[in-house]
Amino acid sequence: MLQVILDHYNYWIAIFLMMVGFYTVVARGNLVKKLVGLNIFQTSVFLLYISMGKVTGGTAPILDDRFQVYSNPIPHVLILTAIVVGVATTALGLGLVVRIRESYGTIEEDELDLADGET
Amino acid sequence: MTGAALIILALGLPLLAAPLIWIVGNRPNRREAVTLTIAAALLLVVLAILPLVLAGLPVRVALGAPVPGLNIAFSVEPLGMIFACVASFLWIVNSVFSIGYMRGNNEPRQTRFYVCFAIAIAASIGLAFAENLFTLFVCYEALTLSTYPLVTHHKNAEARQAGRTYLGILLGSSVGLLLPAIIATWVLTGSVTFTTGGIMAGKVGPVIGGILLLLYLYGIGKAALMPMHRWLPAAMVAPTPVSALLHAVAVVKAGVFTVVKVTVYIFGLDYLRELAMADVALYLAGFTILTASIIALRQDNLKRRLAYSTVSQLSYVIMAALILSPLSTMGAALHIAVHAFGKITLFMAAGAIYTAAHKTKVSELAGIGRRMPWTMGAFAIGAISMIGLPPAAGFISKWYMLLGAFEAEQFFAVVVIVLSTLLNAAYFLPIIYAAFLKPQTDGGSSHGHGEAPLPILLALVATAAGTVLLFLFPGSALELAGLLVGR
Amino acid sequence: MSGLIGDLLAHLPALQVVVPLAAAPLCLLAGRAGLAWIIAFTAAVAATATAAALAYLTFHNGTISYHMGGWAPPWGIEYVVDTANALILLLVSAIATVVLAFCPASVAREIRPGSQHLFYCMFILCLTGLLGIAVTGDAFNVFVFLEISSLSSYALIAMGGHRKALTAAFQYLIMGTIGATFFLIGVGLLYMMTGTLNMADLQARIPAIQDSRPVAAAMAFITVGLALKAALFPLHLWLPNAYASAPSAVSAFIAATATKVSLYVLLRFTFTIFGANFAFLNLPLHWVLLVLAVIAMFAGSFSAIFQRDVKRMLAYSSIAQIGYITLAISLASSAGISAALIHIFNHGLMKAALFCAMGCIFYRIGSTRIEHFAGLGRQMPWTMTAIVAAGLSLLGVPLTAGFISKWYLVQAALQADLWWLVILIAASSLLALVYVWRLVEAMYFKAPPAGREDVGEAPLSMLLPTLLLAGLNIYFGLDTRLPVAMAESAAALLLRGQM
Repeated sequence: MLQVILDHYNYWIAIFLMMVGFYTVVARGNLVKKLVGLNIFQTSVFLLYISMGKVTGGTAPILDDRFQVYSNPIPHVLILTAIVVGVATTALGLGLVVRIRESYGTIEEDELDLADGET
Repeated sequence: MTGAALIILALGLPLLAAPLIWIVGNRPNRREAVTLTIAAALLLVVLAILPLVLAGLPVRVALGAPVPGLNIAFSVEPLGMIFACVASFLWIVNSVFSIGYMRGNNEPRQTRFYVCFAIAIAASIGLAFAENLFTLFVCYEALTLSTYPLVTHHKNAEARQAGRTYLGILLGSSVGLLLPAIIATWVLTGSVTFTTGGIMAGKVGPVIGGILLLLYLYGIGKAALMPMHRWLPAAMVAPTPVSALLHAVAVVKAGVFTVVKVTVYIFGLDYLRELAMADVALYLAGFTILTASIIALRQDNLKRRLAYSTVSQLSYVIMAALILSPLSTMGAALHIAVHAFGKITLFMAAGAIYTAAHKTKVSELAGIGRRMPWTMGAFAIGAISMIGLPPAAGFISKWYMLLGAFEAEQFFAVVVIVLSTLLNAAYFLPIIYAAFLKPQTDGGSSHGHGEAPLPILLALVATAAGTVLLFLFPGSALELAGLLVGR
Repeated sequence: MSGLIGDLLAHLPALQVVVPLAAAPLCLLAGRAGLAWIIAFTAAVAATATAAALAYLTFHNGTISYHMGGWAPPWGIEYVVDTANALILLLVSAIATVVLAFCPASVAREIRPGSQHLFYCMFILCLTGLLGIAVTGDAFNVFVFLEISSLSSYALIAMGGHRKALTAAFQYLIMGTIGATFFLIGVGLLYMMTGTLNMADLQARIPAIQDSRPVAAAMAFITVGLALKAALFPLHLWLPNAYASAPSAVSAFIAATATKVSLYVLLRFTFTIFGANFAFLNLPLHWVLLVLAVIAMFAGSFSAIFQRDVKRMLAYSSIAQIGYITLAISLASSAGISAALIHIFNHGLMKAALFCAMGCIFYRIGSTRIEHFAGLGRQMPWTMTAIVAAGLSLLGVPLTAGFISKWYLVQAALQADLWWLVILIAASSLLALVYVWRLVEAMYFKAPPAGREDVGEAPLSMLLPTLLLAGLNIYFGLDTRLPVAMAESAAALLLRGQM
């Protein structure tokens, strides 16, 4: 049992980070903290992809006679794209937070809900 | 001219009338001239189709198919012919009456009234000639939507409330019950075309068939089977010509017409005889007849009394169709025409009383017959027709219903017809008695009023005479009704 | 066939995405609203022409496979166009074109002058994303395009006039990103199990391992992620705020297309990649979808009845309509998939027309609250005609497109022997009657409020697209050949070799 858990430690880390991020998004009222949570959530998925491309004993996929075993580069490349997407999302999110702060004077969710109410 | 061209013309004329009326809307005389001219032309076109139908020639036209197998197509058969004749003739009469009424009462938005009226007539003609349930449903909904602005003519809170009830019940029942029934028919039998002898036999089991029958009966909200009748009294807030349209020319007639059409051409009389649910439905119709009559007894508002009378009379047609003997089916078809003539007479009389004397209550009518002899005379003829006494046409349709009920040994129906005849007499005769024989009671409030304006009187006398003439010369109507059941 | 045209035709699937993608930076560089609009509009027209050509070719010659950059699948990215996504491509690009035609006047009214060219840049980028999702045959590529369309739509929504638009956009950003990340997890699990991202390749490899738990988990993650994007109950919370506070043109475009594209992806994954047997026999997906869809139909319609802002009302109505589409998908039959695709198409037309009409009204009276609609029936008769026509279509009155949708949906339900569903469908249509009629009563029965000056119709450049969309609702109620033929062919393709 313990062995099974230890063998798949990368998954456990990913799942742990995922839950931490998800919880932060849901539970925190501060918009910036929400974004931080969202980032952790996304990063956990990046880790999932990257670790799954790793082949035990493999190196980076450089063509050279000295190496026989390579890690799978495709997940890594995919995640490069996903990271770009994540950066864009964070940037846009932070931009929105700045604008919200400008027009509402707060970035706390419950205060924002009160601010507009049922007008 | 070919049959197809005639059908197109019959549909096109009232549709053409709508924009024309709109264009000349600022000039009332021209506007009314357009209505009357086109109404007359429509009647001629419909009468031109009549000999073709009597000769048994096929008259049909297909306009296209939105979904494969679902045609927008029209084809004239005897029952539709009766309905189309009634609607197109009463359009003229009702227009004459409307001119007198709308002008006499200085109603607002008259142009809109005539436009919607023309569209409603187009929808009725389309409904009468529909070749299949899909086309019929389209016209049925068009009729509901085009009459909605008429019901809410006054645009006040009361009219809006009535409009909600009207639309809620009619659209609700048709979308909620009728449409699923049609789709189920389509899925089960692969057809929705009206076919002699019905399309259900051998394809639909008795349980599903029974459910479908109830879906149809309640889904056709315009036939006002209780408890779907509430829109009728509610719609009484509209001006009287609209009531006449609803009760006589188009709307309720479209309802019972659809019921008869579905029982004869979709279920088929033979199939229905094997259906236990048909008996249940018969009892429901009988219940509606008696209950509505009893409610009518208690109404003091004349138009409301007439409205409940309509509810009861409509269920006559439904019950006659469900007696399932050819003779009573003929009676049902005849009753559609007969009730139309009788009820429009009564409503126009009520409108005449309102226009001339501004009275709406039965209790205020004492002695009014002496001031308005023509109006009340016509009213009396209409009432006699409703009760079913000679020399009014109501006698004939009731006669056929009774014959059919005896033939099919449906003694429940016989009892209902007899009882309700007594009830009809009980709520109509006192009005006539009071109008002619009681002394006037109003203490000075009544200014000297005489008869209603001439157009109103003309229309009244025409339909009252029609009621009598239909009794004396029922030839064509009987022949068409006979064709319907293959006799 | 001459060389140039032949080349052009051969590269149509790529052009479908590349043309709007290239137009986006051009809009940015243009710097002026007028020029940016011309670029965006030209690109949208080109996209529509491409989509029409693709629809024609796929319908007559069968599925088109295009190898991006000449790399053969499954290693290279493959674009696959069949009748299912050709219909979606056509809907999305045509609606984008009509809405762009509607844009200049509406945008001039609602967006700050300095950022109007950015609006067009984002708009055309959003179009790129939606078209890319539909056209690609690669699972990871779907994620990339999904994020392109999502990020641009967050920005578009944030451009709404009221500050609420900012919070709505933020809320949508959080939920949208979670949805997309869920989708990414699902795709990752699939890659882990199969070593491929190509949809056709996935389809071939999944049956061998379909009993393994990661595949089931992948299906769950992908379905939840897409359901979030498609605003399927109970994951719809972002939608009302987003639609209500976005600029009018954005509401019209996104309401008509964005959720529909997500539903298309759901169809693609459920039927093509996982296969109906896996999704519906191994996992009870159809019951889950069916129950949620029915709840959505009622919850959406009920909420719509009580809204005071008409754009919000329409947004809740969308949730109910998405319920209809999901219901059709959950029936998992050829008739059901056809019904879903037909309703995707028809509902796009209805909502585009209605939201455009809202744009016209906002242009004149600066509000879309129902109490401000009083008297508009007389003052803006043509806009109101469009609302009534599209509203009737929403109800499913015969001779409108909505009736065709309902007809196929009810038939599909009956074929599946689910009689009670027919009753529920009818009942929820009646709820739609209530909210559409509230609108009609407000427009036609009340006198205009005192103090409001006599408003007229919106400018022709807004009115004509609105009327065109409303007219299409009637047209596709009469001539149903295009959507029905495409949808039925698509259903056959999606179910090929299954069930």
